[in-house]
Amino acid sequence: MSTLDKSDVEKIAFLARLGIDEQDIPEYATNLSNILDMVEQLDSVDTDGVKPMAHPLDAVQRLRADVVTESNDRENLQSHAPEVEQGLYLVPRVVE
Amino acid sequence: MQWEVVIGLEIHVQLSTKSKIFSGASTAYGAEPNTQACTVDLGLPGVLPVFNGEALKKSVMFGLAVGAKINERSVFDRKNYFYPDSPKAYQISQLYYPIVGEGHIDIDMEDGTQKRIGVTRAHMEEDAGKSLHESFHGQTGIDLNRAGTPLLEIVSEPDMRSAKEAVAYMRKIHSIVRYLGVSDGNMQEGSFRCDANVSLRPKGQEEFGTRAELKNINSFRFVEKAINVEIERQMDILESGGTVTQETRLYDSEKNETRSMRSKEEANDYRYFPDPDLLPIVISADEIEAIRATLPELPDDKCARYMDQLGLSEKDAKALTIDRDMAEYYETVQQAVGDAKMAANWILGDVAAHNNKNGIEFKVCPVNAEQLSGLLKRVKDNTISGKIAKEVFEAMYAGEGDADTIIDKKGLKQITDTGAIEAIIDEVIANNPGQVAEFQSGKDKLIGFFVGHVMKASKGKANPGQVNQLLQQKLKP
Repeated sequence: MSTLDKSDVEKIAFLARLGIDEQDIPEYATNLSNILDMVEQLDSVDTDGVKPMAHPLDAVQRLRADVVTESNDRENLQSHAPEVEQGLYLVPRVVE
Repeated sequence: MQWEVVIGLEIHVQLSTKSKIFSGASTAYGAEPNTQACTVDLGLPGVLPVFNGEALKKSVMFGLAVGAKINERSVFDRKNYFYPDSPKAYQISQLYYPIVGEGHIDIDMEDGTQKRIGVTRAHMEEDAGKSLHESFHGQTGIDLNRAGTPLLEIVSEPDMRSAKEAVAYMRKIHSIVRYLGVSDGNMQEGSFRCDANVSLRPKGQEEFGTRAELKNINSFRFVEKAINVEIERQMDILESGGTVTQETRLYDSEKNETRSMRSKEEANDYRYFPDPDLLPIVISADEIEAIRATLPELPDDKCARYMDQLGLSEKDAKALTIDRDMAEYYETVQQAVGDAKMAANWILGDVAAHNNKNGIEFKVCPVNAEQLSGLLKRVKDNTISGKIAKEVFEAMYAGEGDADTIIDKKGLKQITDTGAIEAIIDEVIANNPGQVAEFQSGKDKLIGFFVGHVMKASKGKANPGQVNQLLQQKLKP
């Protein structure tokens, strides 16, 4: 049995940058714990000799030729942005 | 206490493809902001990445060059984090199944021995965009031209024990990627960057100490300085009984110090998982062998060949082979002139000195290999002396033309006419009766005085061998 507590839920929400309501936290904790329980159940299956699956389709990646196919579409693309200046997308200030 | 330094490096090499790793946008450097950032690079809804085969080929070339195992099946994962220069909110990378497995390179130590440094792995990933923090009324400007540029991240084993070893390793990797042509290795443009993991442990202790990661160092000089100040910082902490915090630190080259970059609460938790937009990358053993067949001669092999076949010293052979362009320049000259030692002396001497002084690379040296060959041939056939050749070289470097043109124009052709040399010698003898008498009474060393005067009177053009011979005859009592 895995049980997530309030701080686990808050951490997961923070990592995913999701705003959650305080009152919903117990329900999230229960639901997420149930998911972990199911994964734990899967964990009990013997998977020795089973190749890890990277993709549900049994196919391999096709390779693209190294050719430039895109042209400058900045004006169109930036018309969807909330704010631009000197060709740059503007976002709230981030400094490390 | 005696401390042992432990260093591991993560080097990000920009692969020199024309288009991005998952889109057909151009990777050319220096374009107007966001003119090379298409819908895939912007991570707009509904787009799909399509993998660039050239990035795979170049990654495999690197792996083969460091004797690594190439994984015939590799997988792209999503590395999740939020930062505005990464518009998808994840970076496509390879965590669990990288393209290149374990390999190694040998670095040269100061005492002349070699040390083997392990390469843990190398994986393909996409680069992020660029954030500009100045002059946007308190906002940050984002340029996504670089987003999606293919990178190969090369991770070393923690095998280095000093900043000098770390620099030697980094230089060797730089030399290899340039030889292979998988990257231009341009550090100013960010094509070759390095993160250094640095820790200390008491000498003799097996277990590693807590490490700090120094981010994004983009010059050989800064790597050495950054690691050394970080070693000092950690030593101060440990000596005074404290503990080192595991964290990311930034090197400030102006203050020559490292400082903490990320706060604890944002401790890395990237929640990697296989990218469902991309299928596994598969390359067959035959395809790998076909790539192996295209590998050029690498610096270590070239160096050995220069020593064995051309008879160069280890020092000269090493110096000539670090840079591929320099080695190619050398080989052209050596073959044209047929004198391995002479070509080496000139290229490592005058040519390298002029290039360094002017900050010019061999590829664009104003005196190209054919032109230098033309000059050295004139030394070999006694048209000019080695000393005059330096003067001609200066003029060639300044763009005054090829060797023959300059020799003609400046009248620098060596005087080999015995009569003409004799006339100058007679004059010098007549003007210096005192020295003649001294020489004849046994002061042999004065021959240098006479040679010097004759050469000066001929403006350096007399053939030194002939001058010597004729002087000996004429000065005999």
